[in-house]
Amino acid sequence: MADYIFWLVVTVTVVSAAVVVLNSQLIYSAVALLFTLFGVAGLYVFLWADFIAGVQLLVYVGGILVLIIFGIMLTNRISSVRISHKSVQQGVGGAVVVWLFIFLSIVVIKTPWLDQPAIEPSSSVGKVGTLLLTKYVLPFEVVSILLLGALIGAAVLSREDT
Amino acid sequence: MDQLNSYLFVAAILFSLGVFGVITRRNGIAVLMGVELILNAANVNFIAFSRFGGMNFDGHVFGMLVIVMAAAEAAVALAIIINIYNNMNTINVDQASQLKQ
Amino acid sequence: MDNIFINYSLLILVLPLVAFVILIFAGKRLPRQGDWVAVSAILVTLILSIVMFIAMLLDYNPGFSQESTFTWMDLGAFKIELGILVDNITVVMLLVVTLISSCSHIFSLKYMEGDVRYSRYYAYLGLFTFSMNGIVLANNLISMYMSWELVGLSSYLLIGHWFEKDTAADAGKKAFLTNRVGDIGFFIGIMLLYSSVGSFLFSDVFVGVETGKITGITLTFAGVGIFLGAMGKSSQFPFHIWLPDAMEGPTPVSALMHAATMVAAGVYMTVRLFPLFTPDALLVIAYVGGFTAIFAASIAITQNDIKKVLAYSTVSQLGYMILAVGTGVYVAAFFHLLTHAMFKANLFYGSGSVIHAMHHALHEKHDHETDPQDMRNMGGFKSKMPITYWSMLISTLAIAGVPFFSGFLSKDAILAGTLAFAQHQPQHFLLPVFGFGAAAITAFYMFRLIFMTFHGEHQIPELVEDIHESPKEMTGPLVLLASLSVFIFYTLPRFNPFSDHGWFTDLIVPQTAVVPGSMTAHQITEYSHHAHGLAMGLSITVAFIGIILSVLVYLKKIIPAETLAKKMGFLYDWSLNKFYFDENYHRFLYQPFLNLSNKVAWIDWELYDRYFINGFGLVTEWFSRVTGKFDYDGIDQGLVDGIGRVAGATGHSLRKIQTGRLQNYLLFVVAGVIVMIIVQAF
Repeated sequence: MADYIFWLVVTVTVVSAAVVVLNSQLIYSAVALLFTLFGVAGLYVFLWADFIAGVQLLVYVGGILVLIIFGIMLTNRISSVRISHKSVQQGVGGAVVVWLFIFLSIVVIKTPWLDQPAIEPSSSVGKVGTLLLTKYVLPFEVVSILLLGALIGAAVLSREDT
Repeated sequence: MDQLNSYLFVAAILFSLGVFGVITRRNGIAVLMGVELILNAANVNFIAFSRFGGMNFDGHVFGMLVIVMAAAEAAVALAIIINIYNNMNTINVDQASQLKQ
Repeated sequence: MDNIFINYSLLILVLPLVAFVILIFAGKRLPRQGDWVAVSAILVTLILSIVMFIAMLLDYNPGFSQESTFTWMDLGAFKIELGILVDNITVVMLLVVTLISSCSHIFSLKYMEGDVRYSRYYAYLGLFTFSMNGIVLANNLISMYMSWELVGLSSYLLIGHWFEKDTAADAGKKAFLTNRVGDIGFFIGIMLLYSSVGSFLFSDVFVGVETGKITGITLTFAGVGIFLGAMGKSSQFPFHIWLPDAMEGPTPVSALMHAATMVAAGVYMTVRLFPLFTPDALLVIAYVGGFTAIFAASIAITQNDIKKVLAYSTVSQLGYMILAVGTGVYVAAFFHLLTHAMFKANLFYGSGSVIHAMHHALHEKHDHETDPQDMRNMGGFKSKMPITYWSMLISTLAIAGVPFFSGFLSKDAILAGTLAFAQHQPQHFLLPVFGFGAAAITAFYMFRLIFMTFHGEHQIPELVEDIHESPKEMTGPLVLLASLSVFIFYTLPRFNPFSDHGWFTDLIVPQTAVVPGSMTAHQITEYSHHAHGLAMGLSITVAFIGIILSVLVYLKKIIPAETLAKKMGFLYDWSLNKFYFDENYHRFLYQPFLNLSNKVAWIDWELYDRYFINGFGLVTEWFSRVTGKFDYDGIDQGLVDGIGRVAGATGHSLRKIQTGRLQNYLLFVVAGVIVMIIVQAF
């Protein structure tokens, strides 16, 4: 049973991702991205990463996706007739990307991943939190500064010159 | 069958699609969406390895950091895109080509 | 005793050359234009030759001979050795050359005073003395030939000294060119000898002839060829044409070159090379000499220019010397060379003195029309110029062959030789006829000269009061040479005026010709001794006949000259005009040759130059155009520009990568990464 759901989630994710990159309408791409992100969150759940799944939904879907949609709204003249955003160099790009995928697949198949014993799922929140403040406190702080910088930068960028 | 390989495949597909989107799409925001796909693919990889590599939570930490960073980056990117739109009335990346010889 | 001869000879040779070099380059800047340089050089050489002469007399060795050779070129198969040869003949000849040259130098101090090219004149005198000594001292054919040429050159330079006068310039050219024609024969003769014998040295050549390396017709030809050089240089018929014209040169030059030394070089050369002449060659020589003697004498009797008379007289006397060589008594020839040098130079100096006085007198009278050299303008100078008169008289007596004078001894020896020759080969009776006939005529015209110049009425009376004796620099040589024309100096240590036995005949001994079949020297000497008495009688008779005839016509004026001239008719005319030799040469030789040259020049200029040379130019021009085109279109456009264009096109196409689109760059990055990894993996 779990397998089917797994494969369903995978399908949703992949198909949505395809829609994101192939669709010429931007809004459709954005909505497809939503579904992709949901799908990824589902994958996290399968990977017993409950906390990360939650963070994904909160930040990615609730924050970034909304931001993207805002951006779309702000930069498109919705009222005008279909703005075609045809993509370019699909041929060559497709070929290269196919090759890339093939290559990655080869790597995935060929590499002898270590066989670890199965472990019971447990709550990850506490563990993650502990890690954040002990082992990875530096990256944590740096990321905070990064956020601060991004905040300030975005504010500066969107300021009007008076 | 949630083997490691499956997750890795998924991540690979997502990554390839993200790259395709980045190099193909003309709209700036569409490019941004491609970038998000790439980041997500990487994240999936992290978490997958985290689970199938002895359930250490380092992967989770990294995943979270990636998400945070993606958010910051998306904010800044959108700010830039809006600026471009205000200046050039278009966000067609082909037209932001002052670097062309 | 040995080395001083060689060393002195070298000094004698080189000193005049040094004087020449100094005077040519620095002459004009020296005080008195450097004449003291030349005079001191020549006096030193005179002293050295006198020393050598005395040494020879003291040694009294007829076989004396010194030779010094050095190798000039050695190319293995081809070797040229040069050097100097000093023997009795050389010593005597050196004395003659230096003595007469010194006299000319001193005489010229006054005669050429104020001349426009004074220092150059003395320089050329030095060059001439050097070259003449070169001929005298040579021990091989090549040195002799080289000095021979130099003598010819000096002659040209000196004859043409006053080259502003066309006649003088032409005379110089004539002398040189006529010499050159003779020299061709000389050179052919030398080469014939060299190719058979393999060396230029006299000694080697004589040995070669003796051992039969060259015989018969070839040897005769070589001998005649060499003699041609002597004919040119000594002005024998038919090359006699240049000597009378050479009188255009200054009189001291005439005295030095055309009386005593240069013209004697031909005689000297035949004397030196006597041993290699075949009897046939000698016959040719004898006839040429004999004919020249009488031929020139027949012209001299009608000439009015005092120097021309002397010039033809010289040609005639040279003919005598050549005749002597031909008949075998070449020692007599050399003897006559010696005596002739003395008295002929004296006669020339005397004429120079007279001409100098005439110039001066005419200048006083501002008369530039009258010819100062024409004897018809002279007359009665005896009282005005006593020293000149007496010295010239003594020399005239010598040349006429009057006993008690030097000329008698030498002429007598020659005539004895010709008589002996004819006695043993009666078919050649003409030779003594030539000889004695010329003697008579010589006496006649020489006394004519004396009578016309110094005796009789003054032909131009107004002139006479300005005629006076010449300064002592000019009369000095006159006196010296006149005294040397007396017999005594030649018969020492004996005193018999009728015999030529003296130091000369003792020391200069004839060599036998090495050509097989010739008469030995001994035979020749014996025969001529037998004929001596008869010859002496004949020569005295003949001389007196000439003198008496001359007295009758020119002194006593019993037989007027004009009637004689009319009676002789065309003979007189021919004689006066030198038998029209120059005119005929011009018509039959020069003119046709010039015409031919003009024709050849026309071919060269009009045809060859215009068509061939210009055509060549056109071809070159066309060719250069074609290559230029090839270079411009092909290479420049094609290669050079082509490379540029390729580079441009490449750049242009590569530029397309720089699209400015970020996504393109991304694509390339990804593609590149994949490629790299694939390469790595495999």
